[in-house]
Amino acid sequence: MIDVVVLFFLLGVFARLAQSDLRLPEALYETLSIYLLLAIGLKGGIELSKQPVAELAPQVAAGMALGFVIPLALFPVARSLRLGAADAAALVAHYGSVSVVTFAVATAALARQGIPYESHAALWVAVMEAPGLVAGILLARWAVRPESGADRVPTRWGTLVHDVMLGKSVLLLMGGLAIGAVAGEAGTAPIKAVFIDPFKGVLALFLLELGLVAGARLAEMKRYGLAVLVIGLGAPPVLGLAGAGVGLALGLSTGGVALFATLAASASYIAAPTAMRIAVPQANAALSITAALGITFPFNLVLGIPLYIKLAQVLTA
Amino acid sequence: MKIIKHSKTLLVVVAEAVLERDLVRDVRARGAQVWTVAEVHGAAREGVREGAWEADRTIELKVICDPSLADDIAAHVLSAYARDFSVVIYFSEVAVLRPDRF
Repeated sequence: MIDVVVLFFLLGVFARLAQSDLRLPEALYETLSIYLLLAIGLKGGIELSKQPVAELAPQVAAGMALGFVIPLALFPVARSLRLGAADAAALVAHYGSVSVVTFAVATAALARQGIPYESHAALWVAVMEAPGLVAGILLARWAVRPESGADRVPTRWGTLVHDVMLGKSVLLLMGGLAIGAVAGEAGTAPIKAVFIDPFKGVLALFLLELGLVAGARLAEMKRYGLAVLVIGLGAPPVLGLAGAGVGLALGLSTGGVALFATLAASASYIAAPTAMRIAVPQANAALSITAALGITFPFNLVLGIPLYIKLAQVLTA
Repeated sequence: MKIIKHSKTLLVVVAEAVLERDLVRDVRARGAQVWTVAEVHGAAREGVREGAWEADRTIELKVICDPSLADDIAAHVLSAYARDFSVVIYFSEVAVLRPDRF
């Protein structure tokens, strides 16, 4: 059975494709995304308070390494599909980074099926956001030749590090983790009714909005040709398999392996577009967003996540 | 009280929201004292920007200043950003009451 939150997403896509006048106010989108990031962080932080943090170092290191390697592996594939160097570098950076909402839907699916997972998993999301972006920027620096006569514009690493590390998604995830870890189960009990219990309902509403946005991208798909479709549909299962392998090597639970696979297979559409716009401005932003949000995100929601959970069950059986 | 009007230039730069910080920095560095930023949505040659989520936002930066400064800012925006980013720039003449504020 398809998860109820995914049905909200499909409703949004349908509304958009059917040219309904349904729009969620932008302020609501902003509020919901802040809520989700904080709630995911808090939930992970509460669990973090119960265990020694040093033991998590291998998971953190493996997650970051995976995020960094994914763009390097995908780049030649994107180039072979006749994407320009800048477009290819920006696109693969989206896949190296992660989608928080895809992660949230995967945790909801695991919870519904009664499959336990490492409850500090939000920490993986927080640390896997940035390495893929760095890899994408390095690829662009290496592969994109400056136009003849033009000086190579220096990458403003200071600004980029600031934007990624203190950008809304990492700040709220890490902030939530820290607050949850400091306050613990007892300390967060008074805010549980807002941040923990209604989580899935808020996720459903957010997915309705994302369905509207993704629906608009879906309609643009034919503008960008086969390459976007091949990467958008082909990358997630392969990356998911790689993520599951890493999760297995780390000795994670079945749910943990499924989440690692989901994170590897997901593509960022919040942090990555903004970061890549600044770092690789000559790349076509709409191309990356169409692949990440218009194709990969719906694929993961509807087919990918059930697939990664099944894969994790087979691998850990 | 008698109203005395003074002529200034209103420079409007419509650009991707990701440029807001850089644009404001550049405008201030060139000596503009009065500027406002508003979020807008619409379309240009590069396509429709609905402002539905982070990467799809557009801003409108308005600067009121002397005509020469407006030219200077516009030339800079054109050379620094217009190649890679969707940017619309236009000028109009406006009347202000206290010219020393601009």
